[in-house]
Amino acid sequence: MSAQRESQVAAAQRESQVAAAQRESQVAGASREGELSLGAGAPAGALRAGEGTPAPTVPLRRAVGALLRKELLVELRTLESVPGMSLFALSTFVVFHFALNRNSVEGDLATGVLWVTLLFASLLGVNRLFVADAEEGGVDGFLLAPVDRSAMLIAKELTLLCYLVVLELVAVPAFALLLSVPMAHALPDLLLVLALADVGVAVVGTLVAALAVQTRARDLLGPLLGLPLLVPIVIGAARATSPLLVAGHAGTPAARWLAMLALYDLIFGLIAYAVFDFLLED
Amino acid sequence: MIALVAELPALPLHTAGKYVAGAYIVAFAIVLIYVAIMAIRLGRIERELGELLALTEDDRLSGRGAGDGKERADGSQDVSNTPRESAPA
Amino acid sequence: MYGRGLRALSISTVVAVVAALTLVFFYAPLEAEQGFLQKIFYLHVPLAIIALCGFVVGGLFAIGYLRTRDQRWDFRSYVVIHMSLIFALATLITGSIWAKGSWGHWWVWSEPTLVSFLIVFLLYATYQPLRFSIEDPERQARYASVFAVTAGAFVPANFIAVRLATEFLHPRVLGSTSNLPGSMALTFLVSLVAWALLFVTLCKYELTAKHTRFQLRALRRRLSGEQARDTPPRRSAAPQHPAGTAKLGARVADGGAST
Repeated sequence: MSAQRESQVAAAQRESQVAAAQRESQVAGASREGELSLGAGAPAGALRAGEGTPAPTVPLRRAVGALLRKELLVELRTLESVPGMSLFALSTFVVFHFALNRNSVEGDLATGVLWVTLLFASLLGVNRLFVADAEEGGVDGFLLAPVDRSAMLIAKELTLLCYLVVLELVAVPAFALLLSVPMAHALPDLLLVLALADVGVAVVGTLVAALAVQTRARDLLGPLLGLPLLVPIVIGAARATSPLLVAGHAGTPAARWLAMLALYDLIFGLIAYAVFDFLLED
Repeated sequence: MIALVAELPALPLHTAGKYVAGAYIVAFAIVLIYVAIMAIRLGRIERELGELLALTEDDRLSGRGAGDGKERADGSQDVSNTPRESAPA
Repeated sequence: MYGRGLRALSISTVVAVVAALTLVFFYAPLEAEQGFLQKIFYLHVPLAIIALCGFVVGGLFAIGYLRTRDQRWDFRSYVVIHMSLIFALATLITGSIWAKGSWGHWWVWSEPTLVSFLIVFLLYATYQPLRFSIEDPERQARYASVFAVTAGAFVPANFIAVRLATEFLHPRVLGSTSNLPGSMALTFLVSLVAWALLFVTLCKYELTAKHTRFQLRALRRRLSGEQARDTPPRRSAAPQHPAGTAKLGARVADGGAST
């Protein structure tokens, strides 16, 4: 990435971060001065009032919305993550064609190819998730705003989720096309499995990204930390998908795998929520 | 005692015995490797402690206080610096 | 004061281990299916249980650190996780030997315990590189604690997931711990206690040795007249300065870790 793009990213980060922080502090200032609660009210934002930072007076939803808008705006302008992830997925399908020496795959083989590719493409996105914030001081700006710190966690998870959805919009049709995978009649089930798995990858990926970004070997440590944590998701997703990618009479995903995915998403969502604040300090 | 010996399964030395022995040897070896590492560390600690004692000897001889100018009560005892906390195992 | 009680602990460990081995080889009856090979069960399964508990305990200590910011919790968390990693490695090796003996292959995917252990081992093997690559000691402790908590919660989830995923087409290779006859159950329990005592003894040993090193370092600093850093009134277990921090993470890395 050229130096120009880097400074573009930095500029975009700064301006939208400042704008968001300004908006939020304006809101907070207004509410403090006039002792009004705005819009849907501030009780949601006052959840963690016992912390050292200024008591959050901005509702969580609003903060998350602002952050999410910023993230997507930056991504749209710089196109850092998503095109790379999608291209990576496409190239990987080509590699698989040559590595497996096949024109079409189905069943377990197709499942394996799909999930391995999606997994590694996601890791690319995970690597870049917090980098701009860490390098350009976006985290510091966020810490100054009177919002609940979990707002950043949720916003980043939603961002990663969006990236994954776009990735799959590109990769899954390409998969069906390049490797002649039969998936037409199983599409709704497949979408459900993809959705559940995406949520899991988003949650785990965000946590791992936050952990790895402060280390020296962040590009290496991210995947190393993430892969074992993502194994249960792969297990559930693969087991659920494999009866779907069969020509002719496709099966349905067993409920236990969907339940397992949902449960894992929930557990890790809660853990990430509990633990994320500690990563943001200072 | 006789009853205990009567219970003894004659240790069969066919292939199963080798695997069991192997597994227990591995466990034993790991513990021993750990002991060896700790022994090396202990040697290092001892050496450092000797160096520090020598350092206090020098300090005492050159009449300097212990780092920040505090005067010693009288120069006779310098074992007060030996850290008693590291109790021998 | 980490060394206190170490003597009593080591003596009880010796007694327990000798008792356990005696029971294993002279008391426990031969099992019908696997014969003599089954004796590995009294080694492999306790190691597995203790390693798993160790990882979870490491997570609990990490929670303690995050709540109190007392370095001693982080210190304990580090040592316990490190020891559990070693026990996990021993579990994998003994499990592999057992698999080879009873199934003919050095590795079997159909044994859910072994597979879960492989995943958990791969996860915790990143703990030390993670610590080593963060230089600021407070941040290192904080991030390591977050990792320990996450990974500690992951361990049971992973076990359940892998167990669900394992095909039950062929029977469990390495047998299970349920339906044990009395004599075997007793032997198993004594073995479990013995290896658990060994774990605790080794952890205490490690804690004492590390702490001694830190104290020596502090003493050296004081004697050579450097500016005394404002150490908190309680002894802090983790080192206060980057050189010491590197030591903490690099004990196994042995200078081979690169930037």
